[in-house]
Amino acid sequence: MKLTTTLMATSALIASSLAAGAEDMTLVSWGGAYQASQQKAYAEPYMEMHPDVNIIWDESSAEAVAKLRAMAEAGNITWDVVDVVAADAMRLCDEGLAMEIDPDTQLAPAPDGTPASEDFGDLLVSECFIPQIVYSTTFGYRTDMVGDTPPDDICDVFDLEAYPGKRSLEKRPIGNMEWALICDGVPDDQVYDVLATEEGQARAFAKLDTIKDSVIWWTAGADTPQLLADGEVVMGSTYNGRLFKLIVEDKQPVAMLWDAQMFDLDGWIIPAGLPEDRKARALDFVYFATDTQRLADQAKYISYGPARKSSAPLVGKHAELGIDMAPHMPTDPENAKRTFLFNYEFWADYRDDLDAKFQAWVSK
Amino acid sequence: MSDQTNSGPVVAADGRPLKQSLQRALRREKLRALMLIAPLLIFVLITFIAPIGDMLFRSVENRIVSETLPRTVIALEDWEYESGEIPGEPVFAALAEDLREAVKAKTHTRLGTRLNYELTGMSSLFRQVGRKIRRMDPEQPWREQFLKVNKKWGDPEVWGVIQTYSSPITAGYFLNAVDLRLTPRGVEQRPESERIYLMLFQRTILLSALITFMTFLLGYPIAYLLSNLRMKTANILMILVLLPFWTSLLVRTSAWKVLLQQQGVVNDVLVWAGIIADDQRLELINNATGTVIAMTHILLPFMILPLYSVMKTIPPSYVRAAKSLGATPFTAFRRVYFPQSIPGIGAGAILVFILAIGYYITPALVGGRSGTFISNRIAYHISVSLNWGLGAALGALLLVLVLALYALYDKIVGIDNVKLG
Repeated sequence: MKLTTTLMATSALIASSLAAGAEDMTLVSWGGAYQASQQKAYAEPYMEMHPDVNIIWDESSAEAVAKLRAMAEAGNITWDVVDVVAADAMRLCDEGLAMEIDPDTQLAPAPDGTPASEDFGDLLVSECFIPQIVYSTTFGYRTDMVGDTPPDDICDVFDLEAYPGKRSLEKRPIGNMEWALICDGVPDDQVYDVLATEEGQARAFAKLDTIKDSVIWWTAGADTPQLLADGEVVMGSTYNGRLFKLIVEDKQPVAMLWDAQMFDLDGWIIPAGLPEDRKARALDFVYFATDTQRLADQAKYISYGPARKSSAPLVGKHAELGIDMAPHMPTDPENAKRTFLFNYEFWADYRDDLDAKFQAWVSK
Repeated sequence: MSDQTNSGPVVAADGRPLKQSLQRALRREKLRALMLIAPLLIFVLITFIAPIGDMLFRSVENRIVSETLPRTVIALEDWEYESGEIPGEPVFAALAEDLREAVKAKTHTRLGTRLNYELTGMSSLFRQVGRKIRRMDPEQPWREQFLKVNKKWGDPEVWGVIQTYSSPITAGYFLNAVDLRLTPRGVEQRPESERIYLMLFQRTILLSALITFMTFLLGYPIAYLLSNLRMKTANILMILVLLPFWTSLLVRTSAWKVLLQQQGVVNDVLVWAGIIADDQRLELINNATGTVIAMTHILLPFMILPLYSVMKTIPPSYVRAAKSLGATPFTAFRRVYFPQSIPGIGAGAILVFILAIGYYITPALVGGRSGTFISNRIAYHISVSLNWGLGAALGALLLVLVLALYALYDKIVGIDNVKLG
């Protein structure tokens, strides 16, 4: 992966120096199938329209905040457009490391003229954030290891009697604590109030304690799909797009457990302090790449829901497999019967505290 | 001078005292030698010493509070946490003025994040008041307005934290790194549920020592074999030792995953051979066992190579002589061969141990919850939580720990007793 990227980047560099006047624009993303979908839906058409721009990818989104902070301290920002999750975008915006965007003047309106601020709606969670997709962290399970009654409730994850075997959970408090409280009888809308108290946290840990010995903790999004494919776990959480690939493209005996899926957003930010010419180009790219058609195009390659309301009706079939994508989207009404809204504000405050507790708990 | 008159003037050809001109010639020589290594020296200074210095500095640096809230810090000097009351109007007015400027420069949220490390909720407290500060009325008393935004401003704990962390240098990060914390009431132990770092340091040392011992146990016979075979055969075997070296670390680690997991090769073979039952497959990975196995394999060449090069220099005639003097093969090995190979063991052990103590990719991939090291937490704080101060403090402690262990090692084994060949 790294080697091919380097090779690609090098050849791109050479190509760009040959093609007189072509200028590099560095996009930062997550690599893998997700970056490939962006390459096909955004970067390739954009380069076709603008032969003078040459897009280079950097697979650093996981460390984007740390690296942008270091770049700002060094006074040399080498990135032009960065793909980050919403929580990171908020942090970058808070610290003044990302540029503020006015959606109505700097982003494309919907085809029917609806301004972008309305088209994106609530998903514009920060002044700097340009939403791209809605994804969810949810569970997949082995259909051949659950008997005749497949799990359909999030609390089946905590039910070792009905579904014996290992499960994989992400090695961080976010998500796990909420699910634990839900399954300990806390109503969905009170989860964060309870989690803000010492007793509530103890309660969540106590619930997690009941399955602690049967959990394999994952840190990379690819872990759970691999564990499911190997039959190492009977169920596990990960990003829904990864499970889609496992089920539809790799044809593994795995099915989705959408109950209480945790919605989150991913999108672009433009680093603050870019020189005018690069800033103008980055804005131009973002205007293009987040318009209604482009967002719908990305859904041809990966099962993440487009962030614009106006894109939803345009979501078609998978580019290679030819299957309908809509039923695989986390936002599909059938899948989104019960969803859980991730509370950014809460986690901004409690992240450090709960993380220390969680890591101490997990290590004991 | 008196020295010279006493011993009689020994002068060089140009009439200067010999001592002086000798020193001068030596100095010139030294300078020339220094010039030769200057590029390397500068390179090391810039890429190694400076970043380490910067990192060490970050672990105590805390200017953010006094820079973001300069007036508040001064106004708070007269306030005492022990009074149990929140500060008066002048402090709130100073805070309001500081915040106005901070909001303009967008530094108030960064400060909130910094203080949130010490007291949960500070982050949203600052963010909230930052949004409202522009709309507050300077004619009205500030205290009431702040309390209206969030009643937490009425909690002396909040002010205590600001006061405690107002100095430009803090021991707070280092205290956090050893499961303590600095509160307005002084240094306290963290609550039981949050103590993690001492345990991780301890685990890192213990597992690294175990890994070092395992590489010795496996590496010693291999090195012995290699050094006693014909050159041609030894070279072929040496390639086998080096081959893993040339393979990507990630590939080797992932290969262990395939081998060791519960539905993996090792378990399959054991079940097939009837040694264990199908429902009692061994847990060999995603725990400390996995870390020890994978890291022993990865670090093995670092033990074999120094051992091999030392063993090559041990003349076989010594053991033969011992045997001809009536020693059994075991005694000859124990009293003649082994003592001569100790410098190799010393070099290998220190290499493996110091590499192991700072490892983080392999523990992260196969360590699960009981096999991760302190460096995994450092990586977490540097790239995820962005608590660089704490990451730096942990890194500094790890550095001190390695140096201390090195000194101890020097005391016990003696660093002169280490040979790489």
